[in-house]
Amino acid sequence: MKAAAFAYAKPASVSEALELLRQPGARALAGGQSLIPSLNMRLSSPELLVDITGLPGLSGISFQGNSIRIGALTTHAQIEKSEEIREHVPLLSQAVPHIAHAAIRNRGTIGGSLALADPAAEYPACAVALDAVLVIKNKTAERRVKASEFFKALFETDLEPGELLTAVEFPVAGKSDRSVFLELTRRQGDYAIIGLAAHNSRIVFLGAGSTPILIQDISVQDPIAKAKTILAKSLNPPSDLYNSSATKLHLAGVLLERAWNKLST
Amino acid sequence: MEQALDITLTVNGTQVSRRVPARMHLIDFLREDLELTGSHVGCEHGVCGACTVRVNGDIVRGCLMLAVQANGCRVETIEGLSDSKELAALQKAFHERNALQCGFCTPGMLMAAQDLILKGKKPSREEIRNHISGNYCRCTGYQAIVDAIEEVINGQG
Repeated sequence: MKAAAFAYAKPASVSEALELLRQPGARALAGGQSLIPSLNMRLSSPELLVDITGLPGLSGISFQGNSIRIGALTTHAQIEKSEEIREHVPLLSQAVPHIAHAAIRNRGTIGGSLALADPAAEYPACAVALDAVLVIKNKTAERRVKASEFFKALFETDLEPGELLTAVEFPVAGKSDRSVFLELTRRQGDYAIIGLAAHNSRIVFLGAGSTPILIQDISVQDPIAKAKTILAKSLNPPSDLYNSSATKLHLAGVLLERAWNKLST
Repeated sequence: MEQALDITLTVNGTQVSRRVPARMHLIDFLREDLELTGSHVGCEHGVCGACTVRVNGDIVRGCLMLAVQANGCRVETIEGLSDSKELAALQKAFHERNALQCGFCTPGMLMAAQDLILKGKKPSREEIRNHISGNYCRCTGYQAIVDAIEEVINGQG
């Protein structure tokens, strides 16, 4: 289908974008790889699209001592190619190839994925597992929110109208840290049936609820059998068109088992 | 009154300027305004890959980019890459190996395959399949497509 009509603005600066985003019915357009399909299918119909692509200061990867800052407009393809990310945030490097397909990774952005908060998406789960910090701006101020407090409900985040996610900061992984990303799909690039983003004992499932689900009270020091018992008590994934809740829970256990050796050594 | 914007971009090496509605997709602009109908419109929500074109050297979904967003960009389509002979080896291999039946997916498939070839690596069959996973073919079962791409990559060896 074709999108319904909307107005389009291409601001020249972040402050101009933030001014435009204060208008009722305004929505930021970044890579557009989820927003444009939803416009095409007329699932959403904003009155004004504020095209933030190309805005100075919102793109790129920078090393800041203890953390790596990734600008909101950094594309999946840029993250995939980044040696710095491979070295310092290996969980992201493992996750990126699972995001859709090459042509989509060339335009989709990390900020767009986090702000959309699709529960089957890769970055939100990675951000929670890594205790990332999201940097959010409005016209007058900047604030920082922990990923674990950012994802509120299905496609709902802490972002208020008039705010823009400008960057995300990931702690740099140490030598003894272990990161594992695994995902099960029917075909490469499909939405996850279930997926796991783990950083040491912070084990997060995607496609397992309305937000990324962090499993509490699990430790990589435990034997896998105990971990799976905790998992079965903590996770109650909703069924989808093809998989029952029981199937998804079983597959979550399979992923946990596959990850366990690497996490616990 | 629907908003329209003026854009100027380079399409297959030629500069073009047009006024387009804000909501028009790049692929509809290429097909309907410029009559470059080689790139196809399939699902219109980024799943099938039939509309794959190149923007500033990277393959993208023509249905997931607005025409206004291509302002100032360098766009290349199957017509441009055929005329320049960039795709000649792939097209020959697709033809010889029967890597198409109806041909609807072929322009997008060739764009995706060429993107992989340009990376200059020696991908396995699995990696070839991963790279074209965003391009649906409903006729061939992909075997012959993977064969054709593999042949071109090995031929370059």
